Amino acid sequence: MSGAELEGVLETPWSGGVSPFAINSKKLGMWLFIVSDSLTFSALLISYAYVRLFTPDWPRPFEIWPAIAKSSIMTLVLLSSSLTMVLAVAAAYRGQVKRAVWLLIATIACGIAFVVIHATEWVTLIHEGITPWANPINPAVPLFGGAFFGLTGLHMLHVTLGVIYLAVICWGFNKGKWTAEHVEVSGLYWHFVDLVWMFIFPMLYLLSVNPK
Amino acid sequence: MHASTELERGHPEGSTKLFSIVWVWLLLLTGLEIFLAYERVEVHLMITLLVGISLIKSALIIAYFMHLRFEKLGLFLIVVPSTVFCICMMMIMFFPDSLRLTHLPQL
Repeated sequence: MSGAELEGVLETPWSGGVSPFAINSKKLGMWLFIVSDSLTFSALLISYAYVRLFTPDWPRPFEIWPAIAKSSIMTLVLLSSSLTMVLAVAAAYRGQVKRAVWLLIATIACGIAFVVIHATEWVTLIHEGITPWANPINPAVPLFGGAFFGLTGLHMLHVTLGVIYLAVICWGFNKGKWTAEHVEVSGLYWHFVDLVWMFIFPMLYLLSVNPK
Repeated sequence: MHASTELERGHPEGSTKLFSIVWVWLLLLTGLEIFLAYERVEVHLMITLLVGISLIKSALIIAYFMHLRFEKLGLFLIVVPSTVFCICMMMIMFFPDSLRLTHLPQL
């Protein structure tokens, strides 16, 4: 192979000389994490869909008011937090540090609001006797509590960790310690958390609306 | 190194207007899901419609909010097909086995 040919090969994306995906390693790492985490949630949701479909007397405790209304507000809050997050990333890349920081703070506030509303929802259900192991509506189907608290609990853990992650990134970006790329990578995680809720909300809440 | 120096290799794609339109669409689709729940649609039809709408919503989030639409095709090809393949494999493995258990003859 001549020198010119060799140079041509080394300049291709797969030579290692340049990034094949035109993204940095942090972002690629986050994408791979998202792939693996999406499989975790998929396994749980597919299992849940199976037990939900093939259990005719599955408990349906959620009234339009207050449970569905509350969870709809939670969805609105999470979707709005995704909008503020994507705008924060755009502002960070434009070099508008102050705007990006305020948008990140808005995202964090939405995340905290989501966790607080969700916690009140949990407390209400627990007071009604619904636990991960039992439910008074149909004691023959204890899986209802396990599926509900398992899926929403794992999601809430992701939201809580996301709020902490965003707070650290927000602080670091404001100090000039971290770059717009860090904000974008944290944004990928946050949007993923939002995406998972887009499946949990209809599958868990809307499929368990009281039929009366 | 701060943000301004990264602009060239960053993501200037997508405007506030575009993201706001995507957000409105996501809200409208969520409203449709809540309407279906309010109408108490039959469970098998309901789960099909809800999963379909959720897939559209997740595609919007991945394409615009997660910027995958603006990335190189190579990234899309390593992220999306592999995930879809694994999820399909899960569905192929979970459902027939589970259905087989429920249809075992009663002893």
